[in-house]
Amino acid sequence: MLELVTSKLEDAANWGRKFSLFSYPFVTACCGMEFMSVAAPKYDIARFGAEFPRFSPRQSDLLMIVGTITEKQGPALRRVWEQMAEPKWVIAFGVCASTGGFYQNYHAMPGADQVVPVDVYIPGCPPRPEQVLDALILLQDRIQRKDGHSQLRLKREKIVMRERAALED
Amino acid sequence: MSKKVLDALKAKFGDAIEATDDQHGDETAFVKRDKLREIATWLRDDKAMAFDAPVFATCVDLLDWRPVSIPHTPSTNTRPEYDGAGPRFEVCWQLRSTTHRHRIRIKVRVTEADPKVASLTPLWIGFDWQERETFDMYGIRFDGHPDLRRIYLYDEFVGYPLRKDYPKEKRQPLVRRPDLVGDH
Repeated sequence: MLELVTSKLEDAANWGRKFSLFSYPFVTACCGMEFMSVAAPKYDIARFGAEFPRFSPRQSDLLMIVGTITEKQGPALRRVWEQMAEPKWVIAFGVCASTGGFYQNYHAMPGADQVVPVDVYIPGCPPRPEQVLDALILLQDRIQRKDGHSQLRLKREKIVMRERAALED
Repeated sequence: MSKKVLDALKAKFGDAIEATDDQHGDETAFVKRDKLREIATWLRDDKAMAFDAPVFATCVDLLDWRPVSIPHTPSTNTRPEYDGAGPRFEVCWQLRSTTHRHRIRIKVRVTEADPKVASLTPLWIGFDWQERETFDMYGIRFDGHPDLRRIYLYDEFVGYPLRKDYPKEKRQPLVRRPDLVGDH
């Protein structure tokens, strides 16, 4: 019975989370223009509840990696991600953040997922605003299904702790 | 465009000018390495030259270089072709005179074993970061540069990525996901 109540409670919490994503825009390159377009009134990401960019990782739960990530930026990106409170989600915006794109060389990281776990990848150079909105809806589904990277990790940690407690009893 | 600057250089320094090239009005002088500072100082201070603007400093890696013939373009190029055995790098400085509105490119050839050349930063402060970038990407040592260290890449980086023999896909990551280590 308790199980059922907590799971329903989590569903309600996730419903709230998916419509109030606070994004941290980690904007490094030309994809930033398209990000501005998505945020501006014409495409209006506010319709999906994710209009509020917080420029502090501690106050945001959606990391948007917009643009090329270089190897030199890796530690900074990792640190921003570590500073975000759980549960948190990551979108790789554009082909450079997803795979490195056409930069196959010494300085570009082959995808931001080398450093942080990414939930949704948006291809395109740069992606159309519609693709971004589509990705946001995919992410909302994922949040509701509780299978974002961060949610799965929290669940795994919870199970491990429960098992450990049962062993100690 | 006349070869005013090249002719003046050849008249003044003679043997110190190894070769010249003035394709499309772009005058280039190949200069002996130990005469570089002297020639550059003269180019800056002489009234008829008055090169006061540093445009860029960079380097050419001649490894795997092949001659390209461009039809219908007369050239007075006297530069020796790279045969794979001679000096591998050409360090270049482009100068411009805002009073006389002429320009000159100075090149110095250095070998892979001894990639050292005099720095022109003491003469034109604008070459400071450009020479640091050339050091960063090609490993050219500029003698007399006030602050020669990497400018774009991190200190942990090994090697010089714009050299032609640097592997194209070689990565030198600073950080990776702990849950993915060993995966690549």
